[in-house]
Amino acid sequence: MKPTDIADPNYFHKVVDCQWACPAHTPVPEYIRLIAEKRYSDAYMINWHSNVFPGILGRTCDRPCEPACRRGRVEEQPVAICRLKRVAADYKSDIRDRLPQAPKKKNGKHIALIGAGPASLTVARDLLPLGYEITLFERDAVSGGAMRTQIPRFRLPIEVLEEELNYILDMGVNCRFGEEISSMQSLLQEGYDAIFVGTGAPLGKWLDLPGHKEASDNIHTGIEWLANVAFEHISSVGKKVLVLGGGNTAMDCCRTSKRIGGEDVTVVVRSGFDEMKASPWEIEDAMNEDIPILNFHVPKRYIVEGGKLVAMEFEKVRKEIDADGRRQLVPTGEEPAILPCDDVLCAIGQENSFPWIERDLGIEFDKWEVPILNKSTFQSTNEKVFFGGDAALGPDNIITAVAHGHDAAVSVHMLCEKQDITKRPDPLTNLSSQKMGIHQWSYDNDISADFRFAVPHADKKLTLNDINIEVELGFDEQLAFNETMRCLNCDVQTVFTDKLCIECDACVDICPTDCISFTQNQGETELRLSMLAPAENIEQDLYVSDILSTGRIMAKNEDLCLHCGLCAERCPTNAWDMQKYLFNTAKAENACQS
Amino acid sequence: MSYISKPKFKHPQMRTNDIGLTRRDYEGTLTTLCGGCGHDSISAAIIQAASEMSLQPHQVAKISGIGCSSKIPSYFMSKAHGFNSVHGRMPSVATGANIANKDLYYIGISGDGDSASIGLGQFCHIVRRRINMLYIVANNGTYGLTKGQLSATADIGSKTKSGEESQFDSIDMATLAIELGASFVARSFSGDKKQLVPLLQAGLTHKGFAFIDVISPCVTFNNTDFSTHGYKNTWENNIALSEIDFVPMREEITTSYAPGKEKEITLHDGSVVHLHKTGNNYDPSDKENALHHINAYKKQGKIATGLLYINQTTSDLHELQDTVNKPFNSLGVQDLCPGSEALRDINSTFR
Repeated sequence: MKPTDIADPNYFHKVVDCQWACPAHTPVPEYIRLIAEKRYSDAYMINWHSNVFPGILGRTCDRPCEPACRRGRVEEQPVAICRLKRVAADYKSDIRDRLPQAPKKKNGKHIALIGAGPASLTVARDLLPLGYEITLFERDAVSGGAMRTQIPRFRLPIEVLEEELNYILDMGVNCRFGEEISSMQSLLQEGYDAIFVGTGAPLGKWLDLPGHKEASDNIHTGIEWLANVAFEHISSVGKKVLVLGGGNTAMDCCRTSKRIGGEDVTVVVRSGFDEMKASPWEIEDAMNEDIPILNFHVPKRYIVEGGKLVAMEFEKVRKEIDADGRRQLVPTGEEPAILPCDDVLCAIGQENSFPWIERDLGIEFDKWEVPILNKSTFQSTNEKVFFGGDAALGPDNIITAVAHGHDAAVSVHMLCEKQDITKRPDPLTNLSSQKMGIHQWSYDNDISADFRFAVPHADKKLTLNDINIEVELGFDEQLAFNETMRCLNCDVQTVFTDKLCIECDACVDICPTDCISFTQNQGETELRLSMLAPAENIEQDLYVSDILSTGRIMAKNEDLCLHCGLCAERCPTNAWDMQKYLFNTAKAENACQS
Repeated sequence: MSYISKPKFKHPQMRTNDIGLTRRDYEGTLTTLCGGCGHDSISAAIIQAASEMSLQPHQVAKISGIGCSSKIPSYFMSKAHGFNSVHGRMPSVATGANIANKDLYYIGISGDGDSASIGLGQFCHIVRRRINMLYIVANNGTYGLTKGQLSATADIGSKTKSGEESQFDSIDMATLAIELGASFVARSFSGDKKQLVPLLQAGLTHKGFAFIDVISPCVTFNNTDFSTHGYKNTWENNIALSEIDFVPMREEITTSYAPGKEKEITLHDGSVVHLHKTGNNYDPSDKENALHHINAYKKQGKIATGLLYINQTTSDLHELQDTVNKPFNSLGVQDLCPGSEALRDINSTFR
């Protein structure tokens, strides 16, 4: 193998699994260390710069970081990254004086943002301090988008939501709320320098089965029903509720039903329990509220009696793998299941929808009616029109929308500065030694062996009776500290200088997880097998040195490194050093500086 | 030393051996030696060797004297027996222990100060008495614990870190052991575990006195360009007389080599040592030949390593003295105090 190029900003970034997995690339270990030091406001600001909504995301994020967490590979459970983020938000002091201000003197550019969800608000947050004038259109009377309409209050209290929305709105946005845009053409004629579309995926899918028409009063799409509950247009539901679908919306629907009158709430999914799309913790929370989940039930028809929905019929199926290795659902031949119900909530998917964008404006759509975009600039085929969030690439999650918003803001700024927006600005990186003494590092390498700490919940008797009582209480300071001590500090990198190495094997002998080998150079496949412990996880890189004086190379398997620093402590020549790698994606403020 | 203990997390696919232990289960406390000390690699090699052989830690006794080398027993097999004895007196304690319990594996660890200077007399006699044990000298050519004076194994002409040149011929522990009657003599290098681990395994399995002289650089006081015991010189000038593989008794022998390319030595318990010849046709069963090769390489400034000499026909102390076949701790009152009639019989033999 060729020696590893650690000057490539992505090499060490990839070692920080959580940060690499985060769509917005939040510097996770850095803020976890600050929480351990009780520097909650500092931890909050690191989050705020990267992901804009730490308090909201600390409760609602899909947490792609956690399955990626290295801790989950050296023991069973990853660090509770998401809930630590909430700790930063819960315990911070007033941080308003740390937020950037929009300058009084504007730069003369005017940007329209459509839809006041996480993507648009991120664009606003990034562009306002640069002097842009921002006009934000929203069909609802308030901002927040899906964060307000799709996430029930028992998961996200209204104060937390509004605090973080207001941080942005208070910077000085022209809000045109309650105003639904019906024509892109007329908007384009208003002369904005750029338009950003962050309208989400507002269209819930129906399950059009026999009986639908007759029963339509009692059949709802999950996202619209949740929005109606959020705006208090709906405050009750039938006693018997069926929720169709196995995603996070279904989990929110069933738990919401339980709180507004549903006594007998059941989730029904077509395929197997383990194929459900909902996050494991959301499924767990629903089950903790005694909501049964029936799997392998394919809905067949709505049963209507006397003009009113009374039940649904389901065919029972089982999973089989066909000759091509595809999963098939095969009827078991049993009697169909008849499940009585007063209301049915369809949470089987949602789509983006652009009936208001005329098709002769140079904004091209593909055959699925999804806008054709450059995936790194988020620019459409009309150079002034950008898309982000669910509106861009279909339904995903808040943190992805934030990441799109940051990238789109960079593009808008570069466009307005008349630069080539495809030449993306480099990330901001810093690599610095953490050595303070022979055995002293400026990070705490004495990691805890504790298992993951559970977040305490409020009493079910209270939470099931009031939709506004938050279920999760969050970590207290002591629990939070204990959980931070589980973080392996993967951003503190093992940096190897081959010229200093005397090949004494001290690092090999001390490494708790057998990451380091000195061996003959060979192809990657062979090298992975000839390591002290085979490096079988090919998604994780090998860090390979140049040829050493005995003709061998140093090869380190990044996969299971605990970042404990013992290799560097035992190294007599400082060939190993522990260096903290800070990585931040370039935001609009960092573009156009050269 | 380090302020933190070694994290307990281990490689999730780490193999367990025949008795259900992983290599990590053979570790000791975290080393307090200097970072980069060869002695730590010896500990690691012993850990690997013992784990691969599925030794029961409680069947192992670790005995040492004084010096950096003699700290090594702390750093492997915490669950084994151990005795850190007086300077140069490890051989006496090992002899006593071995007499009392012949069923344990004895690993004696000493250094060039402990064995070639203050304990040289003791060393000579334990070799001569053919104690069934593995005797390791962690040889760095310097008195590291007292900050780097020349030791008795420092080669003539080599210099201390402060520039003092050795005026005297060095004591070669391997040739000394061969001449005094050791039945297994090897030399290796702490940096070369591929060679050291099978030698340790063969030495532990060998019945009789097994001696391994391990060049183990002192990274703090004797790792200079003008030292013959540093990493650089040992990497460059170490000549393996043969490459060695150890196949434990219970494993099926699956590797095969072209005939004539290798020599097989079957040890008393059925384990096999494979020696792959490296072109010089070295025969480790010939004492004179062994001494000749070691000296010839030494004259060229080279260090002969590998299995230097083996003789499986000699008897150990217990066989020669016809000692009781059980460890003393398992003898009952009847064995230890056979009664006045037995005493009378014994006394009558002296009349």
